[in-house]
Amino acid sequence: MSAITKFAAPPQDIPEFETEFAAARSKSRRTWLIGSALFIVLFFFSTWLTDFFKITQVSMPDGSREWRWIIPAGIPRLGEYIAKTIPVLRWDTLDADMAEWFWRWKTWMKLLLETVLIAFMATSLGVVGGFILSFPAAGNLTPNKTVYWITRRYLELARTVPELVWALIFVFCFSVGPLAGVLAIGLHATGALGKLYSEVNENIDMRPLDGIKAAGGTWFDRIRYGVVPQVLPNIISYTLLRFEINVRASSIIGYVGAGGLGQEFRTAMSFQEYTDLSALFVIIFVTVVIIDYGSEKLRHRVIGLGVKS
Amino acid sequence: MPSTLTLTSVSRHFGETRAVDSVSLSIEPGQFVGVIGRSGAGKSTLLRLINRLVDPSSGTISFEGRDITALKGKALREWRQDCAMIFQQFNLVERLDVLTNVLIGRIADHGFLSSMAMHFSDEERAMAIQALDRFGLVPQALQRAGTLSGGQQQRVAIAKALVQNPKIMLADEPIASLDPMNATLVMDGLNLINKNDGITVLVNLHTLDTARAYCDRIIAMRDGQIFFDGTAAELTDVVVRDIYGIAGLEGFNEAVTSTQKFAVSA
Repeated sequence: MSAITKFAAPPQDIPEFETEFAAARSKSRRTWLIGSALFIVLFFFSTWLTDFFKITQVSMPDGSREWRWIIPAGIPRLGEYIAKTIPVLRWDTLDADMAEWFWRWKTWMKLLLETVLIAFMATSLGVVGGFILSFPAAGNLTPNKTVYWITRRYLELARTVPELVWALIFVFCFSVGPLAGVLAIGLHATGALGKLYSEVNENIDMRPLDGIKAAGGTWFDRIRYGVVPQVLPNIISYTLLRFEINVRASSIIGYVGAGGLGQEFRTAMSFQEYTDLSALFVIIFVTVVIIDYGSEKLRHRVIGLGVKS
Repeated sequence: MPSTLTLTSVSRHFGETRAVDSVSLSIEPGQFVGVIGRSGAGKSTLLRLINRLVDPSSGTISFEGRDITALKGKALREWRQDCAMIFQQFNLVERLDVLTNVLIGRIADHGFLSSMAMHFSDEERAMAIQALDRFGLVPQALQRAGTLSGGQQQRVAIAKALVQNPKIMLADEPIASLDPMNATLVMDGLNLINKNDGITVLVNLHTLDTARAYCDRIIAMRDGQIFFDGTAAELTDVVVRDIYGIAGLEGFNEAVTSTQKFAVSA
């Protein structure tokens, strides 16, 4: 009891606290109100801009025209499109039906291999470029502001331009084929990985670097001994994730002539071979699932290594 | 005296604050010097100035007649190798094994490629193992540094400092994060390399009785300036009150802040 009376606030402190508390609460309410109002305005402005709530005329099954909200009116057409791409498969003639569905499988397998190799090569380029540039691009490690500024802007340029646009440029430079795809995805991956790696670098414990500097280490020694061991598990994890993303990218990049399965999408669409589209989709889906699964296993092992003593 | 470390009106400002304010000091070879003072008195900055982790705003530091403040590049890195430093938080690379952490002490002698490849010679490895053996840490040599206890990590840091073949050892609050038992082991380790290897030791301490127990000479800092410089015997209660600005605290007792129970009772 005596302890409580000893530490009790003097009586004038309590009303002071009350007013401060009321002020803090009304300030946080005001912030909330302004924030919500801004969000609502922005939300409705963008729905108006994107026709999200547009009411449009649609034909009904009995031939009459009715006013309907565009989204429920359009969804059945999605089903229509998908239905067109689904092949006819009967149990008693399954072999023949499957053979017809995947009739171009020889070409597709070759292109699938090309797709995965483009992704592999592009990831390798992206890792080398991103890894080297991630150190000067990290605010806590960069040797000076000019180098930091230049590498940051370069990485931004590399990743803000989509792979498809880089591919268009490189197809123009190096002609149609997988080389353009490798360079396009590799460049974009350099930008994306460099950014991610540099953020990992910025979150490290800086104290070991002091320890290395104090022993007479150079900037490169600090990176090699102090930074790399700390960031390696994250770098491997991001690299595998990027490989998955690059497989998806390389499977559409052929659409502009930069190699891989994408060119088949274009052919199938222009010849209105709808079942080819579903066959290609199945191939890519299965590939991506397998690669995702494998790289996830690998990633967990890498992270597990970090946990193990 | 040729191999004296001399500071001549050295200052370091961080913005408005004068962390170290025209400090002049000379330290003879083989001395065990303790630096005391309250937090923010400039003890850490003083040590960091000496091995140039921090550059002085003005003043000069010299060693064996050489101007340390003017060193650059390779010469600067060799100077840092000559005055090894250990830290309150050990500053080891936790994800590297203990042996490699000790070998980092050899890094100033390596070229770019052998350093990047983490390639060390057999002699260097033997040196590292011998240094670890002095602190009974050979069984842990291949463990990750992060798995060791704080006391063990600090002894690894001393082993790393030893393979630098230093002339001076700077220790920035080496026992502030350790329990009394480990603190004693680390201070005894520093004492050993001072007495056996003849390495000058300059150590920041925040407990007075540790300073009294180990140091030949005690320097007290206050507001970036040297406030007291003398032996433990000269450090009277009145001086201590002034150093820490605790005039109002009547019941001040050194034993309350002590981490040196073992050393003192022994």
